Amino acid sequence: MSYHSIVLVKQVPDTSNITGEAMKEDGTINRAALPAIFNPDDLHALEAALEIKQKYGGTVTVLTMGLPKAADILRECLYRGADRAILITDRRAAASDTLATSYILAQAVKTVGNYDFVFCGRQAIDGDTAQVGPQCAEKLGVPQVTYLESIIDITDGKATLKRNIGNGWEVVRVKLPALITVIESANDPRPCAAKKMMKNKHKRVPLEIAGEDAAAKMDLLKQSGDLLEQWNLDDIHADLDRCGLAGSPTKVFRIQSIVLKKEGYKQVDPNEEGITGLVHELIVDKTL
Amino acid sequence: MPNFFRDNNDIKFLLDYFDLKEIASLQERETPNGGADYLPRDIDDVIDNYRSILDITGSIAGETIEPHSEKVDQEGNTLNENQTVSLHPYVQANLDRLAQADLMGFTLPRKYGGLNCPILIYTMATEIIARADCSFMNMFGLQGIADTIYAFASDEIRDEYLPKFASGEVTGAMVLTEPDAGSDLQAVRLLADQDENGNWFLNGVKRFITNGCGEVLLVLARSEHSIADGRGLSLFICDRGPTVKVRHLESKLGIHGSPTCELVFNNTPCRLIGERQRGLITYVLALMNGARLGIAAQSLGVAEAAARLAREYAKTREQFGAPIVQLPPVAELCADMQIDIEAARALTYETARVCDLENNTNRLLERNADALSDEEKKFMKQRSRTLKKLNAMLTPMSKYFCSEMSIKVATDAIQVLGGSGYMKDYAAERYLRDARITTIYEGTSQLQVVAAIRGLTSGVFQSYIEDFEKKEYSGELLALRDKLKDMRLELEQTVVFAKNEGSVYMDLSARKLVDAGIAILIGHYLLGQAAVNPRKTKVVKYYIEKNIPRIRMNCAVVQSANSQAVSDYAVFVG
Repeated sequence: MSYHSIVLVKQVPDTSNITGEAMKEDGTINRAALPAIFNPDDLHALEAALEIKQKYGGTVTVLTMGLPKAADILRECLYRGADRAILITDRRAAASDTLATSYILAQAVKTVGNYDFVFCGRQAIDGDTAQVGPQCAEKLGVPQVTYLESIIDITDGKATLKRNIGNGWEVVRVKLPALITVIESANDPRPCAAKKMMKNKHKRVPLEIAGEDAAAKMDLLKQSGDLLEQWNLDDIHADLDRCGLAGSPTKVFRIQSIVLKKEGYKQVDPNEEGITGLVHELIVDKTL
Repeated sequence: MPNFFRDNNDIKFLLDYFDLKEIASLQERETPNGGADYLPRDIDDVIDNYRSILDITGSIAGETIEPHSEKVDQEGNTLNENQTVSLHPYVQANLDRLAQADLMGFTLPRKYGGLNCPILIYTMATEIIARADCSFMNMFGLQGIADTIYAFASDEIRDEYLPKFASGEVTGAMVLTEPDAGSDLQAVRLLADQDENGNWFLNGVKRFITNGCGEVLLVLARSEHSIADGRGLSLFICDRGPTVKVRHLESKLGIHGSPTCELVFNNTPCRLIGERQRGLITYVLALMNGARLGIAAQSLGVAEAAARLAREYAKTREQFGAPIVQLPPVAELCADMQIDIEAARALTYETARVCDLENNTNRLLERNADALSDEEKKFMKQRSRTLKKLNAMLTPMSKYFCSEMSIKVATDAIQVLGGSGYMKDYAAERYLRDARITTIYEGTSQLQVVAAIRGLTSGVFQSYIEDFEKKEYSGELLALRDKLKDMRLELEQTVVFAKNEGSVYMDLSARKLVDAGIAILIGHYLLGQAAVNPRKTKVVKYYIEKNIPRIRMNCAVVQSANSQAVSDYAVFVG
C-alpha cells in the first residue's frame, strides 16, 4: 500500500540571525534585512512524508504560499526528494492572518486532492502561532494529530502515531486522511541530494521569469519540463472574502518593542547556605 | 546551521581564483554519461554544480559529521567475535548521509551514477569533511578505490562495482601493507594462485588496512611466485566474505573512527585487475598518488579545525585583564597557523589542478583517442609527459608539506589553549592525535622527500618555476617576486653543491632542499593570488618575508657539507 502526502512549507525570515535592522520603524518585520530560509519545523514535516514514501511508496507533493521568491524552498524540497511542488501566490492573499492562510492552504490541498496525509511543521519561526496546521485540518474536515514524535505504523487506512505532550508521550491511532504537525525531535531531515539538485535546479515558477524574452523563456522551460506549477486564488476556487485582509479577523492593535534588559544581579556564595537561600527565594517567587 | 564550505572564505576564494572553465571543459570532454538524467547544460552549469556540491558537502560536514566526531573518537569501532567489524553507529550514519546526498561517487563518471567532479573539487570536499572529523575522511577518501577500478579494471568489473560505490552501497579498502612490507611494498608476500580453470585465489596476511572491513577489497598480491620484487605483484579485487577474516582491529593514537584491520585471506576467490605484474608498478603507484593528495587535504582539514578552535579560544580567554589574543606571542601563533594553512592550501589545490590536467589528458589519449586529431594527439602526448613529471614532484610535496603543517598547527593550537588544550575537555588534543598519522601513512614524510627531490635535481622544478618568474606584477609584489627569484638561484646552486658531495650527502640534504623549494613555489602561488585579492597581498608579504631566512638557513646548512649525522652516528648514539 502506498501513500500520498502533501506537505505545507513556508519560507520565513531567519529570526535566529536578528540584527539591528530586523524591525522597521513602524514595528513590522524588515524582510529585506533578514535572509529567507526554509522554516525549520517544515523540514521535519517534509522528512516525515519522505520517510513514508521510502517505506511504503507513494508520492510527496509540497505546497507553499508566498512571494515568487518562495520558489527557492520548493526547489529545495525537490532536491530533498519531493515529487511535485506548487507555489500559491496572489496579491489578493497579502496580509492574510492564520485564519485566511489556513483557508487558502486548505483550498489548495483540496485542489491537489487524493491525499492520505497532510504534514505541517509545528509552527513557523516568524509568527510562532502553531495555528495554521490545526486550522487547516478543521477546514479540510480531517482529523489532526499535533506534535508528531514518530510514526509507529500505518495499516488498514489508519496510522499509529506517537505524539509529544510536553512531559511525556501519547500513542494515538488516527483514520486517514489526516493532518499531522511535526516537531524537531521527530526525525533528522535528509540532506539535499546532489543529483536531484542538478536535475531540478533550473525549474522556475512563471513569476520568476522576467525580461523581454520572458515568453520565449517560458516556452523553453515548458518544453524541458522545468516549469513549476503556480496557482492563484482562482485556481484553487477560493472565496475572496475569506482571503487576505478581508478574510483576516486578526487586527493589530498596537506593536510594542520589548527589550529585555539585564537589570541588577545577585551574587550567591557557592556553598550549602547560599544555594539553600537561592532555592528558597525561587520557591517563594514561584519560579520553582 | 553550520556549513563548512560557506564559512571558509579561503576555499571560496580559491574556487573563484582557479580557471574552472579549463578544468571543467576537460573533465566533461568525452566523459561517459550513460543514461543519466542530471546532465549539465553547459560549462557554466557544470561550474555552478561544483559550487552546489561543495555547499551540500559543507552542510553535512557541519550539521552531521562534526557533531558526531567526539563520540566516535571516544568509542571507536568494534571487532565482533565472528571476526567481522561493526562500524560505530555514527560512522555508519555519516556514510548513510553522504550516500543520501549522492556524494559517494564524487569523481566517477555519470554513467556509473557518479558526479564526474574533477580532483580539485574532490580535494576541496575532502578537506571540508576532514575538518568535521579527520578520521571519517578516510571513509570518504576511499572513493579512490572506485577511481582505480575505473582507471584500470575491465568493463565487466567496472559495470559490476562502480554503481555500488556511487550509490554508497559498498565501501572499499586498498589492501597493500603487510607485516614485512610497509614502506617497501616490493616485499609483499601474500600469494595469488590460479587453479586449472584460471580462477584466482588469495592466501596470506595483510596489516594496517584502513577499512579492511569494507565490502570491496583491492589486494596487492604476488602472482608470479618466482619474481621476488615489485614486478611479481598484481592487483586483485575481491568481496568481503567468509574467507576473509578480520583478525585484529588496531588500537591507535588517533583517527579512532577509521577501522584499521589485520586481514587473513584463506583461499579467497578474486579477480585480476588489468594486467598481471603491473599491480605495484602501475596501478598502486597511480592509486597512491591520488591517496597522497587526499592525505594533504585531510591534513588541511584537521589543521583548519585546530586553528579555528585556537582562534576562538584566544579571543574569549581572558588573562591579565584582557583576551590572550592581545598578547603578541599568542597573536603570532594564531596568525602563523592561518598563514601556514593558506600556504598549504595553495600548494595542494594547485597540485589537484595539475592532477586534473594530467588525468584528463591521459583519459582522452587512452580511451577517446578517436576523438582527437593527429596534431592534438601529439600535443597531448607531450603535455601528458610534462604533467606526469610535474605531478611526481608536486604530489609528494603537497603530502609532505601539509601533513607536517597539520601537526605543527595542532600542537600550536594546544599551546594556545594551554592546560585546557591538554585536557580532553576540548577537541584540541584529538586534533593533534588525529593529525599525527598524516606524516606516516600513504608514504612517510621521508619517502615523500625522496620522491620530491627528484623534481629539484632533474630540472622539473626549474622549468615549472620559469613561468611564474615571468609573471608581471607591480610595486611591492614585483619586489617580492624578485626576492623569490634570488632564492631560486641560491637553491639551484645548493642543489648542485649537494649533488657534488655524493649520494649519501644528497639523501641527507634532500629534506632541506625540498623545504626551500616548496617555500619558493608557495611564494609564487600566493603572489598570483595577491594580484587579484588585496588581503592576499598582506598574506604573501608575511609569508615570503618570514620564509626567506628559512630558505637561506636551509641552503646554508646544506652548504656547510656537514654529514656528521651519518659519519659520526656511532660517536653520537653509541
